[in-house]
Amino acid sequence: MSTNEKPGKKPGEVETTGHVWDANLQEYNNPLPRWWLWGFYATVVFAVVYWFLYPAWPVGGSFTKGFNTITFMDNGEEVTTHWNTRSLFAQDMQTGRHAVRQREMLDKVGAMEYDDILADVDAMSFVNAYAKGSFGTWCAACHQTGGAGVIGLYPNLRNDQWKWGGTVAQIEETLTLGRNGYMPGYRESLNRDQLNQVASYVLSLNGYDMEGDAVAAGEEIFTGPLGGCFQCHGMDAGGLPSQGAPSLNNNLWALVDVPGAASDEERVSRVASFVHDGIQRVMPAFADRLSETEIKVLTAYVHSLGGGQ
Amino acid sequence: MKHESVETNAGLLIILTLAVISVGGLVEIVPLFYINDTIEEVEGVRPYTPLEQRGRDLYVREGCYTCHSQMVRPFRDEMLRYGHYSLAAESQFDHPFQWGSKRTGPDLARVGGKYSNEWQVQHLINPKSLVPESIMPGYPWLATTPLDYSDIEKRMIALKRVGVPYSINRAEFEANVERFGEETAIMLDINRAEDNLVRQAQQGNFDGDRSFISEMDAMVAYLQVLGTMVDFSQYSEGYFAEFR
Ligand code: HEC
Ligand code: HEC
Ligand code: HEC
Repeated sequence: MSTNEKPGKKPGEVETTGHVWDANLQEYNNPLPRWWLWGFYATVVFAVVYWFLYPAWPVGGSFTKGFNTITFMDNGEEVTTHWNTRSLFAQDMQTGRHAVRQREMLDKVGAMEYDDILADVDAMSFVNAYAKGSFGTWCAACHQTGGAGVIGLYPNLRNDQWKWGGTVAQIEETLTLGRNGYMPGYRESLNRDQLNQVASYVLSLNGYDMEGDAVAAGEEIFTGPLGGCFQCHGMDAGGLPSQGAPSLNNNLWALVDVPGAASDEERVSRVASFVHDGIQRVMPAFADRLSETEIKVLTAYVHSLGGGQ
Repeated sequence: MKHESVETNAGLLIILTLAVISVGGLVEIVPLFYINDTIEEVEGVRPYTPLEQRGRDLYVREGCYTCHSQMVRPFRDEMLRYGHYSLAAESQFDHPFQWGSKRTGPDLARVGGKYSNEWQVQHLINPKSLVPESIMPGYPWLATTPLDYSDIEKRMIALKRVGVPYSINRAEFEANVERFGEETAIMLDINRAEDNLVRQAQQGNFDGDRSFISEMDAMVAYLQVLGTMVDFSQYSEGYFAEFR
């Protein structure tokens, strides 16, 4: 059996608490170690100093505010308040090292024309660094990290296919005001055969070798009153940015997974069923969430992803 | 009291231990109940509508809080990512609040309006289909399970007992009209809860199917209102510091 006796010390040399259990179990009453005791006093002193500097004790419906103060600008006026995390935050946003540096760059880019931003190495490296976080937070959940999109759901921003246009002005408008992509379904107005014909025609515009009669019939539907596709997609199927209607002759697909289809038959049926269903989808507006400069930075970033016009 | 009598009496020892360790919590929490400025004076914060409240119940049922907090802290990096820091006023009608500090996923205090309804639905059914890196589990049953709102009135009455201003009689309704405006007051009326819930689900069309009121309708309605009630452009930077 082990005992708690230290070598060289006999029980009785150290004071005990006087408690005795089971006949001979005793409890030593050693003094606290010096270093521990001083550490304890130091925390007490720290607490008292803290009470004087920072908000601490509740008093009635309020509390002691402490003597420590924070100064920041509020509506162009300098205000000084007692120390609190909200004032500290306001101050950090105004005079903190990183915030100031970031604001300087944002102001600089905000004051530049798009052409100059896109040509300026420094500005673009800031745009890329800033957009990495900003695009990740606000856009990537839909357009994916890097902007490649999800076919059928969210458009690819890296290629030359633009619904609403790929100039900086058009991209900026897309981000600021949002967009409603809408194409009516042709459930009632076109039957199965006609849907297949118009699908064959659209595919033929994209370099697929389709059956001649179907293509001819499809062209009539596309460019005539029956389908009226030309009203949005244009007579040459080159697209109409004002309608958000994409060009249908560049073999770039955002909604119908044509490249993923194995045979001509499957391609036709995929396009036909898309035209049958139509689509409605929303790109949210960011005017309320992002500042003009942030939108500018994101616009430059999207433009530089590969498809900018 | 003698040291020995405490040490040799387990019941007494437990009671005294509890008393000592609760001091820390009590001195930090209790004053908040009577300090006047705890809840900021701010326009726009209202209790949840019946549909949103059911969505909130589902949020708790599914344990979303085990991965998501709902409180944006007043730090620069938080503000850049999520937006304005959360106010006490914004969770004054939450019972229990969902602040939390476990962030396996992002904070959701300001997620309302960030994405479209379609995105929310698709993401809840299968998060990986939209965010390939995601480790969030899917909740596909929300879309197929009809929303049970048979006890919505009882739920609202329970919340009313703990201080949420839902109205059940004329006087309370009038008080709500005064406080929140007529349109909101109608939504907070317990007697019309079921109608209100059905109407909001159909008009909002949160899950993309107007004819079927699913749990998804409630969940998305709740997510889309999070953090959207206060118009922060109305207040200067220093305003909320005055309450601290
Ligand atoms: C809720 C999902 C969602 C989010 C978030 C989102 N978008 Fe979109 N975005 C869409 C959809 C859907 C469209 C297609 C709209 C249409 O069909 O006309 C779109 C279209 C666009 C377009 C136009 C593409 C074209 O072909 O003309 C651009 C540019 C764009 N988004 C950029 C962004 C940026 C930048 C962000 C972040 C600030 C963002 N989007 C956030 C869903 C989203
Ligand atoms: C009212 C205008 C309108 C009409 C009419 C219209 N479209 Fe569209 N179409 C659109 C818009 C807008 C989109 C893009 C929707 C989106 O991105 O959300 C689109 C997309 C498409 C796509 C998908 C392209 C892709 O990238 O995958 C095809 C295919 C298509 N239309 C074919 C047709 C055909 C065929 C017709 C006639 C039968 C037709 N459209 C009539 C507006 C229209
Ligand atoms: C295992 C942890 C986990 C659980 C449980 C969980 N989530 Fe998530 N959630 C995540 C992660 C990780 C992300 C970030 C990746 C993504 O968007 O999928 C996320 C993202 C989100 C987002 C997008 C936030 C943003 O700003 O982009 C929403 C909304 C969301 N979750 C809602 C929910 C809801 C509602 C529930 C309960 C039904 C839930 N989550 C349960 C981990 C979780």
